[in-house]
Amino acid sequence: MKTIIILKRAGSFAENKDVARDIRLAQLAPALAKGEEVTLDFNGVTGATQSFIHALISELIREYGDDVFDRLYFKDCSQTVQQIINIVADYMEER
Amino acid sequence: MKVHLSNYAYLRNFSVFLNGFDPSDPTKLEITTNDNWIAVHPAILTVVAALGLNLPSENITFDEITARSGYYLDRMGLFDILHKPSPFTIAYHEAAWRFIPLTQIKTQEEQSKFISEMVPLLHLDPKKADAIKYTVGELVRNVLEHANAPNGAIVAAQYSQKSNVIRLGICDTGMGIKSSLAHTWRGRAQDDLSAIKWALVPGVSGTTMREGGTAENAGAGLFFVKSISMLTRDYFVVYSGSGVYRLLKRRSDVQSVRLRADPDEDKHAETDSAPFFPGTLVAIDISVDKIEEFASLLEAIRMAYSSAVQARRKARYKRPRFI
Repeated sequence: MKTIIILKRAGSFAENKDVARDIRLAQLAPALAKGEEVTLDFNGVTGATQSFIHALISELIREYGDDVFDRLYFKDCSQTVQQIINIVADYMEER
Repeated sequence: MKVHLSNYAYLRNFSVFLNGFDPSDPTKLEITTNDNWIAVHPAILTVVAALGLNLPSENITFDEITARSGYYLDRMGLFDILHKPSPFTIAYHEAAWRFIPLTQIKTQEEQSKFISEMVPLLHLDPKKADAIKYTVGELVRNVLEHANAPNGAIVAAQYSQKSNVIRLGICDTGMGIKSSLAHTWRGRAQDDLSAIKWALVPGVSGTTMREGGTAENAGAGLFFVKSISMLTRDYFVVYSGSGVYRLLKRRSDVQSVRLRADPDEDKHAETDSAPFFPGTLVAIDISVDKIEEFASLLEAIRMAYSSAVQARRKARYKRPRFI
């Protein structure tokens, strides 16, 4: 199981989508491609923009469908972060 | 160009600003002020700053500022950003006002720094700060990514303790919304107002027509910000080219606010014959006491967004033909 600490890269309010894209391309996507399970640890992150979460996970939902959530976990998310993740998951699954 | 800073120009009467804005002769900027009092929304100052940044400072003139509140322009950093000498030398302090002076943001790193520093400047309760951080984060990033604006985004904000409202403006002199959408949505962006309204629809991005967007763009930013304004029942204005879309204040005694995907269905004012502004301004008022937990706002936005995507998907289905 690979764990990615979001706070270290994005700060307490995650809004830099360049960082989100870098995490996806450099860590998240390669790990999932290898069949690994990945935990995105949001401990200490109070909020995030939809743009950040979209850049982080939308392409993975497009690629793997909702099966991605069998191997991708979200840890210690604030209510705000949970809502944003749910919004992105909703519109990517409903498209 | 001529801009008049009046004694009362906020989002509720945005036309006061428009009536005093003359964009002809883009080689110079003449700024005039009300003789007795200056009270304008910070978004209006972002427009003045954005226009002025395109000119050498010697082509920018101020009339003699006689209004007692003229020092407000100094405190908001208007003279500094335009490289003009300030006529004010006394440091005034109005405790009821907290503000973020005019700030130019040209990179993502500057954006992140600005967002981390803005909350203490506005003396905001951190629990209520997320909606503000969110708004700035999405709107400034839109400018940096889509506006093609060499001067980046100009941002300013004020918090009024008296009315408990945060007034925020984000402005650029980039390509404008119509040009930004023209590549992918030509049919929807035939005039400035149509382009503004189409950009407010959830899932509309200038980068793609694909549902769900690209890996980096979903086309949701403006819809989210408009929805925050809807749910806090305050004003929201988008001004680009000759188009202005102004969401009107909603009654606070009505319990629920319905979020709609189509901006035409919201109570609003609009025009496509405003003085041509070469860029985009987004201005918003957020009543702090109406910011519920941000997560609750997002739940309402989630429902609306989801319905809009479902409706659009349904519209693509082939329907039975009865012959």
